Amino acid sequence: MTALHADMAPVPYRVVRRRDETADTAEIVLEPVSSALPPCRPGQFAMVYAFGVGDIPLSLSGIDGHRLTHTVRAVGAVSRALYGLRPGATVGVRGPFGTGWDLDTATGRDLVIVAGGLGLAPLRPLVAAALGAPPSFGRLTVLIGTRTPGDLLCTRDIDAWRANGADVHITVDRPDTDWTGDVGVVTTLLDRAEFVPGNAAAFLCGPEVMIRATAREFAHRGLAPDRIRVSLERTMHCGTGHCGHCQLGPLLLCRDGPVVAWTRAEPLLPVREL
Amino acid sequence: MTAKGPGFLGDLPPGHRERLLTVAREVSFPAGMRIFEEGGVADRFWILRSGRVALDTHEPGRGAMVVETLGEGDLLGWSWLFEPYRWHLGAQTRDAVAAYEFDADQIRSAIDEDPAFGLAVTRCVAAVAIGRRLRAARTRLLDMYAPPGTARQARSGGAAP
Repeated sequence: MTALHADMAPVPYRVVRRRDETADTAEIVLEPVSSALPPCRPGQFAMVYAFGVGDIPLSLSGIDGHRLTHTVRAVGAVSRALYGLRPGATVGVRGPFGTGWDLDTATGRDLVIVAGGLGLAPLRPLVAAALGAPPSFGRLTVLIGTRTPGDLLCTRDIDAWRANGADVHITVDRPDTDWTGDVGVVTTLLDRAEFVPGNAAAFLCGPEVMIRATAREFAHRGLAPDRIRVSLERTMHCGTGHCGHCQLGPLLLCRDGPVVAWTRAEPLLPVREL
Repeated sequence: MTAKGPGFLGDLPPGHRERLLTVAREVSFPAGMRIFEEGGVADRFWILRSGRVALDTHEPGRGAMVVETLGEGDLLGWSWLFEPYRWHLGAQTRDAVAAYEFDADQIRSAIDEDPAFGLAVTRCVAAVAIGRRLRAARTRLLDMYAPPGTARQARSGGAAP
């Protein structure tokens, strides 16, 4: 029998840590039981299999050697099963799949990272990478929009990002009575970001409507569209570009994405037939 | 040049900006102060120099609901430009605020007397304040009321089975 390649056969990983992020979202940290997946890059995703239930695509919200961190929101059968895992449980993982953020392409530039809701999870390793190499980049600004204060992810990381020099701004759609921060959609935070449009790069992840509005606003402010990188969502299934579930025009986002330059995404998003 | 903080004044042509600023009063408000109330007469407006202001609406029994916050460079108030000159929302400072304050009657008169100035100010209010906030409100609506089952959260479990 021929051995299946790692992108086709799930590799056993064990949950070594689990932490609640919000009321319905948890961070799970996985370690390989024996062999590990090939090295993963920020922005890529993996197919994570809850045995007996099914598999779903999950972005990498942390990469530490062979340790993989995923942030999962419990909304469907598989995601609920993964959300409910406890340390010691085993899952199957295929991957890594897709394109990464390619931070190297932004060397020497100001970085503006914009996250909407769960979109902060795949951006987390990007922020960590940028903070890990401070002389390589200019100013680092992180703009975060979330529905309610209780939906905010990475709260402990945010304190550390600020302590390490990142300029972090947060806004919510629906404040509670204790919220004293900004209220409104994340695009309104762009006025707070300090960057030189001619020498900046932007990285966006979140609801597509937010990505479109934010990318257009960046372009309006003079940021070159090829320096705006966006992470797009379609239903990833096979992860290898064969099944076509994640097709967006000429792109198969599990292979050609999820991270693409705005120059590639912009002409496709308004096409009704797609 | 950085992209930070052009705000309302940055979008006005220099000559008109200077004219507007000649009639500005520098004011400051402590944190937590009510600047105006929903339904009140819109007889002034402000351009924020520092600090933040929350726009809110009140519902009996539920208190204030914050709709949006404004910050440095933002225009606070546009109801002064259009009849019936009443505030659509209330405003309260989030932090200590420094601002330029303008008398609405005075600016409306200047707009009537000088069409070029009037066009510049009106265009700026429409583009910066109303247009940008309308786009933001629409984005927020589309996000809040997106059709269920869309694939937008797929890689975090949202739309996956």
